[in-house]
Amino acid sequence: MAALTKEETEALIQEVLEVYPEQARKDRAKHLAVNDQSLEKSNKCITSNRKSQPGVMTIRGCAYAGSKGVVWGPIKDMIHISHGPVGCGQYSRAGRRNYYVGTTGVNTFGTMNFTSDFQEKDIVFGGDKKLAKIMLEIEQLFPLNKGISIQSECPIGLIGDDIEAVAKKANKEINKPVVPVRCEGFRGVSQSLGHHIANDAIRDWVLENRDGDDSFPTTPYDVAVIGDYNIGGDAWASRTLLEEMGLRVVAQWSGDGTIAEMEKTPKVKLNLIHCYRSMNYIARHMEEKYKIPWIEYNFFGPTKIAESLRKIAALFDETIQAGAEKVIAKYQAEYDAVIAKYKPRLQGKRVMLYVGGLRPRHVIGAYEDLGMEVVGTGYEFGHNDDYDRTIKEMGNATLIYDDVTGYEFEEFVKKVKPDLIGSGIKEKYIFQKMGIPFRQMHSWDYSGPYHGYDGFAIFARDMDMTLNNPCWKQVTAPWKTTESPDVAVAASA
Amino acid sequence: MALRQCAIYGKGGIGKSTTTQNLVSALAELGNKVMIVGCDPKADSTRLILHAKAQTTIMSLAAEAGSVEDLELEDVLKVGYGGIKCVESGGPEPGVGCAGRGVITAINFLEEEGAYDDELDFVFYDVLGDVVCGGFAMPIRENKAQEIYIVCSGEMMAMYAANNIAKGIVKYANSGSVRLAGLICNSRETAREDELISALAAKIGTTMIHFVPRDNVVQRAEIRRMTVIEYEPQAKQADEYRQLAIKIRDNKNFIIPTPITMDELEELMMEFGIIDQEDESIIGITAAAEATA
Repeated sequence: MAALTKEETEALIQEVLEVYPEQARKDRAKHLAVNDQSLEKSNKCITSNRKSQPGVMTIRGCAYAGSKGVVWGPIKDMIHISHGPVGCGQYSRAGRRNYYVGTTGVNTFGTMNFTSDFQEKDIVFGGDKKLAKIMLEIEQLFPLNKGISIQSECPIGLIGDDIEAVAKKANKEINKPVVPVRCEGFRGVSQSLGHHIANDAIRDWVLENRDGDDSFPTTPYDVAVIGDYNIGGDAWASRTLLEEMGLRVVAQWSGDGTIAEMEKTPKVKLNLIHCYRSMNYIARHMEEKYKIPWIEYNFFGPTKIAESLRKIAALFDETIQAGAEKVIAKYQAEYDAVIAKYKPRLQGKRVMLYVGGLRPRHVIGAYEDLGMEVVGTGYEFGHNDDYDRTIKEMGNATLIYDDVTGYEFEEFVKKVKPDLIGSGIKEKYIFQKMGIPFRQMHSWDYSGPYHGYDGFAIFARDMDMTLNNPCWKQVTAPWKTTESPDVAVAASA
Repeated sequence: MALRQCAIYGKGGIGKSTTTQNLVSALAELGNKVMIVGCDPKADSTRLILHAKAQTTIMSLAAEAGSVEDLELEDVLKVGYGGIKCVESGGPEPGVGCAGRGVITAINFLEEEGAYDDELDFVFYDVLGDVVCGGFAMPIRENKAQEIYIVCSGEMMAMYAANNIAKGIVKYANSGSVRLAGLICNSRETAREDELISALAAKIGTTMIHFVPRDNVVQRAEIRRMTVIEYEPQAKQADEYRQLAIKIRDNKNFIIPTPITMDELEELMMEFGIIDQEDESIIGITAAAEATA
């Protein structure tokens, strides 16, 4: 199917908006746009980071999800207490596939659930005493933990527990970092505020821990990887490239990360930001306080990888710059072979994306490397600075949708008829039942890594096996195909 | 006689608990079966009936036992003067936790355990000063108290509070069967107090059901952790509480209140000389600025 023109796309948006009552229509109209590369600022065409309308089936999460699930949870040698009733921690336990190395339950705790399991009496009398006791028990049962974070669930903010005071006291008792995080789920419009709150907690309770301590030997090539959550091993596939070009990765946030790495980060020369949305706050803080510059990079697909490696190298000396070229050259045969194998099978295929706060723009280059085109994209919880960065990545007249509703997404797909959709588990089965190939782009559909050159090979294979799977030829029922009447007649004869 | 459930509200410190316990004692004296449910973390709603410092509360027992499901009714229900059944919901010390949730949990427990048996004639809820959150409105939600009495006096803040409580009642009255049943004036001996409260009651759409005069015998009885009815049954004050009890027993005047605006309330107070005519020119002017002017 040919690409939609600007007018056609505009008409599509109007058509989809038509079913809403007036107030909802006015609100949703601001979140849907036709891309125009000539715009410098996205606020001219799209509104984001606003409260979702009731009843629209938004896909967003909450502040607790942003802090516990995204930012803090992957710090593997800390124990993260889901403070409040049992459900928040239990139903999100080990759901995010941030891989890590270690012995779970001994020196790492990533897939475990620790909760204060609130009962009525804890609500009525407050949970501070219980929290203090839990931390002492944790220290006794898991002595190799390197610190504790307290992830607030909703009730904590309602009953006014003083978790900061409890944290300070526990910190003295166990002599390890204890970090209170006020990420009550009802705060903010999505998980995005939870990221911000979690960043602030890192700023206030972690980063200063080694101020004035120069015992850690530094080098001119020290960098920190920030905002890679190591989904399916992404951070590992990224880290190798940085190390091969001559940089020393001192810290990895937060996938497969440790509290010690976080504490050492103010000593690095450059912060490398992968997920800008969830970690830009702390990068800006370190820039202000420790004068550490930061840049965003993108390790999806060879074009963006080479671009990013050169951009990073440009901030260092010639050794590193030569190192970057060496890395790109070293892997060239490998990624050329991937492209040679899969591009002919994927060329010209059209993709619609709807992911969280980074991938809606970051994976576009990887699809383009395979000859595919992203014709629609949008963020669950992006802000305007994310859309600013998206405008240039997307083609003119493509669809942009913010906090898309279940209804809008389905209608867009029916009209745009993409060959592949990349979104999350909640969308997957709806679109598969509509007969459209689908990949989960939060969890990599239990595959990965997708970052780096190693990841690109897996990404290309996964897209091919999904899109070109023979099952899609079977989705039309035999009696609805053109030859079926004859077959039916033959069978009954 | 069908069970009547009544809630007593009013500004903090106005004398709700003392009035309630004396009134309930008088009702018991008249042969009624009564239960008091204290809905205040301070747990001082039943001390005069039980001669106790503070009754062990549902929530403190629940915390000890693990959860409220581990409790039996007889653990929390005590019987005192005149066969009056006493329960305290309890709750946290000031500054922690959620007292409102304590009230909700406690009342749910009493319902589930069948504390409201057929024998009872009256249940009185003695509720903490202001309806600060949904928890303290629990006693007036559906199928709970249907009559509300507001204790007040001729003091400005007590009247503000009474009017505010009336506003809260409107919300629940429109969605359920709760009604305002009258104002109880617990005298602070301000000027023309009975007239003022009668006038306020009329404006809100109800009546001052009784004017309880001030009498030191109330304090003397309290020091002994007793009601006046029990401590000195022949005292004049005891008769006042008996009259209040009879009026409440015979009360049929249950209405949806018509709370008044701040302006109307201030007008009323000005009429009675409680506050002066407002002087707009002095608002926001500091003492220092006034001195130099």
